Amino acid sequence: MTIVGICSFFVEGQGSTAEEGAGTCEVVEIAASTRRRKMGMVRWSKLYSFACLRTSTYEPSAAQELIGQPGFSRVVFCNEPHRHKRKPYKYPYNYISTTKYNVLTFLPRALFEQFRRVANFYFLLAAVLSLASLAPLSRASLIVPLVFVVGISMLKEAVEDWHRFLQDLNVNNRTVKAHASNGEFVDKLWKELRVGDVVKVNKDEYFPSDLLLLSSSYEDGVCYVETMNLDGETNLKIKRSLEDTLSLNEDEEFGRFKATVRCEDPNPNLYTFVGNLEFENESHPLSPAQLLLRDSKLRNTDYVYGVVIFSGHDTKAVRNSTRSPSKRSRVERKMDHIIYLLFSMLLLVSLVSSIGSSLLMKHDMDDWWYLQLPDDNKVPDLEGSDSKKEDLVKVLQAMLINKDIEMYDEAACKSVQARTSNLNEELGQVEMILSDKTGTLTCNQMEFRKCSIAGISYGGDTTEVDLAASKRMNADFEACQFSIGESDRISQSFEVSNFSAEKAVLGCPEVQDNANKGISRLSRTEEESVIKGFNFRDDRLMNKNWIHRSSLLEITMFFRVMALCHTGIPIEDDKIDKLRYEAESPEEVAFLIASQEFEFQFCRRTQSVMVLKEFDPSGKEVERYHFKVIFREYKLLNLLEFSSSRKRMSVIVSNEDGQIFLLCKGADSIIFDRLADNGRTYEQATTLHLSNYAEDGFRTLAFAYRIVEAAEYECWNTAFTKAKTTVGPEREELLEKASEMIEKDLILLGVAAVEDKLQKGVPECIDKLAQAGLKIWLLTGDKRETAINIGFACSLLRQDMKQFHLSLSREAESNNQVKAMKEEILHQIENSYKVMCEERNKEAPFALVIDGKAFEIALRGDVKDEFLQLAVNCASVICCRVSPKQKALITRLVKEYTGKTTLAIGDGANDVGMIQEADIGVGISGMEGMQAVMASDFSLPQFRFLERLLIVHGHWCYQRISKMVLYFVYKNVAFGLTLFYFELYTSFSGEVLYDDWYMTMFNVLLTSLPVIALGVLEQDVSSDVCLQFPALYQQGPRNVHFKWSRIIGWILNGVVSSLVIFLANIYILSPSAYRQNGYVADISSLGAITYTCIIWTVNCQIALITSHFTWIQHLSIWGSILLWYIFLVLYGALPPYLSGKAFHVFIEEIGPAPLYWMVTLLVVIVSLLPYFIHIVIQRSFNPMDDHIIQEMKYCFRKDDVTDNQTWIREQRNSQRSTRIGFSARVDAKIVIQRTVASKETINL
Amino acid sequence: MTNTDRERHRERETAFYLFTQQRLPACKPVLTPAWVITIFLFTGFIFIPVGLVTLRASRSVVEIVERYDTECVPEPFRIDKVSYVQDDSIPKNCSLSLKVRKYMKAPIYIYYQLDNYYQNHRRYVKSRSDRQLLHGWKYHATSSCQPVEFNNNQPIVPCGLIAWSLFNDTFTFIRERAELKVNRKNIAWKSDRDHKFGKTVYPFNFQNGTLIGGGKLNPRIPLSDQEDLIVWMRTSALPSFRKLYGRIEEDLDADDVVVVHLMNNYNTYGFGGKKKLVLSTSSWLGGKNDFLGLACVFVGSSSVILAIVFMLLHLKSRRPYGDPSYLPWNRKSFSG
Repeated sequence: MTIVGICSFFVEGQGSTAEEGAGTCEVVEIAASTRRRKMGMVRWSKLYSFACLRTSTYEPSAAQELIGQPGFSRVVFCNEPHRHKRKPYKYPYNYISTTKYNVLTFLPRALFEQFRRVANFYFLLAAVLSLASLAPLSRASLIVPLVFVVGISMLKEAVEDWHRFLQDLNVNNRTVKAHASNGEFVDKLWKELRVGDVVKVNKDEYFPSDLLLLSSSYEDGVCYVETMNLDGETNLKIKRSLEDTLSLNEDEEFGRFKATVRCEDPNPNLYTFVGNLEFENESHPLSPAQLLLRDSKLRNTDYVYGVVIFSGHDTKAVRNSTRSPSKRSRVERKMDHIIYLLFSMLLLVSLVSSIGSSLLMKHDMDDWWYLQLPDDNKVPDLEGSDSKKEDLVKVLQAMLINKDIEMYDEAACKSVQARTSNLNEELGQVEMILSDKTGTLTCNQMEFRKCSIAGISYGGDTTEVDLAASKRMNADFEACQFSIGESDRISQSFEVSNFSAEKAVLGCPEVQDNANKGISRLSRTEEESVIKGFNFRDDRLMNKNWIHRSSLLEITMFFRVMALCHTGIPIEDDKIDKLRYEAESPEEVAFLIASQEFEFQFCRRTQSVMVLKEFDPSGKEVERYHFKVIFREYKLLNLLEFSSSRKRMSVIVSNEDGQIFLLCKGADSIIFDRLADNGRTYEQATTLHLSNYAEDGFRTLAFAYRIVEAAEYECWNTAFTKAKTTVGPEREELLEKASEMIEKDLILLGVAAVEDKLQKGVPECIDKLAQAGLKIWLLTGDKRETAINIGFACSLLRQDMKQFHLSLSREAESNNQVKAMKEEILHQIENSYKVMCEERNKEAPFALVIDGKAFEIALRGDVKDEFLQLAVNCASVICCRVSPKQKALITRLVKEYTGKTTLAIGDGANDVGMIQEADIGVGISGMEGMQAVMASDFSLPQFRFLERLLIVHGHWCYQRISKMVLYFVYKNVAFGLTLFYFELYTSFSGEVLYDDWYMTMFNVLLTSLPVIALGVLEQDVSSDVCLQFPALYQQGPRNVHFKWSRIIGWILNGVVSSLVIFLANIYILSPSAYRQNGYVADISSLGAITYTCIIWTVNCQIALITSHFTWIQHLSIWGSILLWYIFLVLYGALPPYLSGKAFHVFIEEIGPAPLYWMVTLLVVIVSLLPYFIHIVIQRSFNPMDDHIIQEMKYCFRKDDVTDNQTWIREQRNSQRSTRIGFSARVDAKIVIQRTVASKETINL
Repeated sequence: MTNTDRERHRERETAFYLFTQQRLPACKPVLTPAWVITIFLFTGFIFIPVGLVTLRASRSVVEIVERYDTECVPEPFRIDKVSYVQDDSIPKNCSLSLKVRKYMKAPIYIYYQLDNYYQNHRRYVKSRSDRQLLHGWKYHATSSCQPVEFNNNQPIVPCGLIAWSLFNDTFTFIRERAELKVNRKNIAWKSDRDHKFGKTVYPFNFQNGTLIGGGKLNPRIPLSDQEDLIVWMRTSALPSFRKLYGRIEEDLDADDVVVVHLMNNYNTYGFGGKKKLVLSTSSWLGGKNDFLGLACVFVGSSSVILAIVFMLLHLKSRRPYGDPSYLPWNRKSFSG
């Protein structure tokens, strides 16, 4: 029985006997060989790992009986799309629309959206009231601003929707080959596809809709599908057509093809499908294995034929997507409350006015003969309302964010895009980041980085954390205090702890520099490795130097394991020497490339033979330095596949001498358990290296081998074959047992470390974010090991962290008893929590790693509170194997449970749910599709820009918007209340002190420019200071600028200002003359004077708030004041019937009066005095963080800030409280080293 | 390549680039204790002198205020003043004698002051037609004048409540039997006379209705010369107000006694208003009002006090400027 036999056995699935398996195998092999000539390479479907994937555990069960029942009523006539044009089989076209509006619904829906905002509604109410004849203000002065503001917002909505429409258009107009007639396939637009159409999809194309797989370019009907957009998993999935449709693998076949599919109705469930196919008068059950989902991609298969089953909005991918919700920031939501508050103040004022008015009318006014009161005349009092400059400011802010050159990706020519502008300030309040892994943190590319062979570590033996720590400690330890001779260094690293080895490095700056240059990931950004997948520099192994090593045998064996124990295949490249490889997982590719670099080139694979091009080890004794390159064939006897439970993979090969080797690679713990007593020579040293590698976040695999006696092998092989041929559920167990029998007594060779390559700048970015006090959760669809590795690589995890693992035991999982699983998880959570409570006082942080299955249980109703409580208390949380739905769910739960602002970042379609659910969704506009970007609020070219986006722009925007909103409140209170006070003096009649156009101009022109300047340009500290002191970011999450106490404070400030302005004016200007020529102030001059005071006050107030004056601020503030005078002069110069009260008021009446100018001066100073005193006291006795940093910066301006000791010290101090991130690790390491050092000195 | 580099370099220096990168040169004032003290002291040193000067100006103004609405009603009619005022058959003349306490330099402004008179009532303020005042009865759209718009189906010029309720008390001033010359010209703003009240518009059909409000107008004088009306039409902002009546263009010495003969025509009795006669000189700042001066002195002195208090506080619990120990991460109470 050959390996091929096993393989096809698996392919054929259950029910066949060994003989049958062998038979099919031959057939397949013949077919394969004929085809191989055509294709020139080994076919993917023949590779073990793929072909041997367990067939889906689908059983033609009760589900089949559901067909035809409600919920399972869909009927598809394959190849007869015309039959779907009429009811009852009329299904939608494959047209997709993600737009919010269409031409007809835009106006009503957009208007509705607008007036859902309290501020706009309030505005509307005011405008409606102004239509009633009672209002004191002219209609235009209220309606114009409303139309303006709502118009701008609606325009924004329209533009955004237009972009969505264009995106849809692009997708809908993709083409696919569809069957026209008589076996002819023509190009057809995606949107014109109908249910029942037969389509042909080529390699690397997306599926246009949900298809039923009929056949593929492989004659066994398999195809490989990448579902990254659906679930984020990067490994390929296998799909298999029914046997009965295999024959349909030529275009011509479809001329007469006819079949009927009866299946379930459209639903969002990605992993189920129930249906049957009636083909040639036979009914065949269908399973998810035959369903190709929209948004997934055909890989490694030349073409497939399929029938459209679900189209357009019926597809599972579309059903899974949710409409993007309109998000509103926290500040904005709070603003609603402020508007309610102001509104109730207004109502109160109006109520007082109306009651006063009616009371007066009843009692006194009858006597006021000069009014000739004929009827009741009640007048509502309306304040000048809030203006929504905010929208404009936010758009400008977004524009500036987009323009930031620091966030421009030169390589991709892409910059940051703020896709919705109303969340800018929310960026400054983020407390929790939920991040995807693949494509976001990592590049989905593996690199061979280090290895430890025979107890010696190659490729640099210090970790970056150690390096950084030693660098930092260098400042403290002067000179080579612990200098240990370089010669000892290598031997030292065996026995002594790595810390003392570290000190050796520390003592020798040269080495350190070298190492720094060579391996430091942090500084490596410029020099990319030349060979993709290989980033290893060590002269001891490179350039065939390994032949000089003493442990030559181990090294050759190590390389052999690397070159033989895998499932990859070589691909011929144009270059003669180097081959490219394809394999199931990227790490295998990395190993193959590495072994090629070490001159162990894997160059050919047939079904039973693997060919290596290697140096001749037999020449060793004869001519030491003249090795020949020889091709060596290894017979592949058995392959013991990798599985997540076994965590190892072995091959059994025999070399040309007939010697049988078992080569094994696997997780270190698994391998170490299976070592022979004489195979443990290097165990200790290797373990040490392992932990170093693991701490650096490398994925490690241990390599081992054993020589198997022929007799033993024969014996074992019969047992194994028997196990393989067993049918039934116990088969797997038997296989595993059989494998156990041979995978023992191994001899350890060493470990290899592969790096899941992080994107540029990711560790630094995470470090900064951690310093800013943000919590980072990793949500990935990947395996737990991978996730943990990346956790280490990003410094989310570190060795001294207490890790809690939540996962389900296998029994519980197989039993599928929800209750039992729930109890198990609950138990684990409680245990972890207990540990956490006990150790809380210690400094060690906690980390939580949770598995997808366990996650599903943990998110259920009654467990979730405990789970979230535990999770929130952990410094970092890593969730692996989570589905897109779960990502969205956890995002929602975290958001709701903690009430904190969450940010979700991801790049693929599987992150869309999470991105939409989070308070802020960020999409990486990387290589993969645009779905994440389309759903996001901000899109970044790379993850590292998140640092600047949050810490700089987020901080700024939060400050700006909160300052701005508070100022709005102040301004309108200060202005509006003067109107109210005047009411008191007019017996609540509703007369207004100011001219209508003054009031309209107030928010539109006279006070708006400085606010816009403040909102767009204000900086409490400059961007580099923001980055140097990430702790400043905490102002946002703690919401120091927008607390209720602040809001109330500002309202009070407004009240004080209004009182000062109004009272001062009426007491100074009335009743005596205000000019030398005896004229008294009437309503128009008093109005103009009071109004001047208001303009001065509010504009000077904003100058007090501003801490960053560019010429724009100066121009806008002082220009606004000047503008008022210009306006007054121009308006007054109009003919009297246009200018009304303002006619010649400035030139003739108030301008020449000295009293006017003195009142202005006095009122402005007095009304600003309370605020000034407040900030003086706050600054002097209770300063805020930014104040001190401003002062420090100001102080040290004379010296160079960056060199200043205090500056640097504070910078470091500000980082102290973080628990995750690179710096925290370095700190932890320093603490450990110091204790070690102090112990050593004591011992000495 | 170099070309684009140079372009980029040039671009980096433009103001627009600096703006988009938010790196415009900026002044970042920091409120240091020195600044605070300086600002307070500066405010103090500005306001105290200003206040004193203002106060002096205000004190230099001599003002005589005499309430006459009650006294000018003869004793028997005081029970029902309204009917007294409304009864045309009763003569309304009345005299007051005012004693001048201090030397008053001409021009001495004569005001009448009305209290509790809501000229700022919305209904009242709106009830006028500026176009009609300028163009006469040819202008028809005078609906804003309701309820005083038409009488006997003919438009009223000037229409509206304000004109209808024109103040019509008159004053003559006699010093030692000689009548003081009162100049009643130029009591209204020039712009009103020139631009708001027509030179060819004559009162028409005015006060001919059954309800007689206030004063009548000479139908032969154009509105632009009816300065009493113009002054009255400038509605006051507050319920207690003065309006210019005229100017006495002779100096009054201390202890002079001025006898005022007045016609007490205007009905303030119906709504409990007060009528006062005010004679006042004027300074460069206007009339007598100590409020501004006192406020300035008060603000000035309090900011000096604040400066001192702040200085003391600062000396006592001194926070070293730019002291990093106040940073949150250096404070003990700071929790993660």
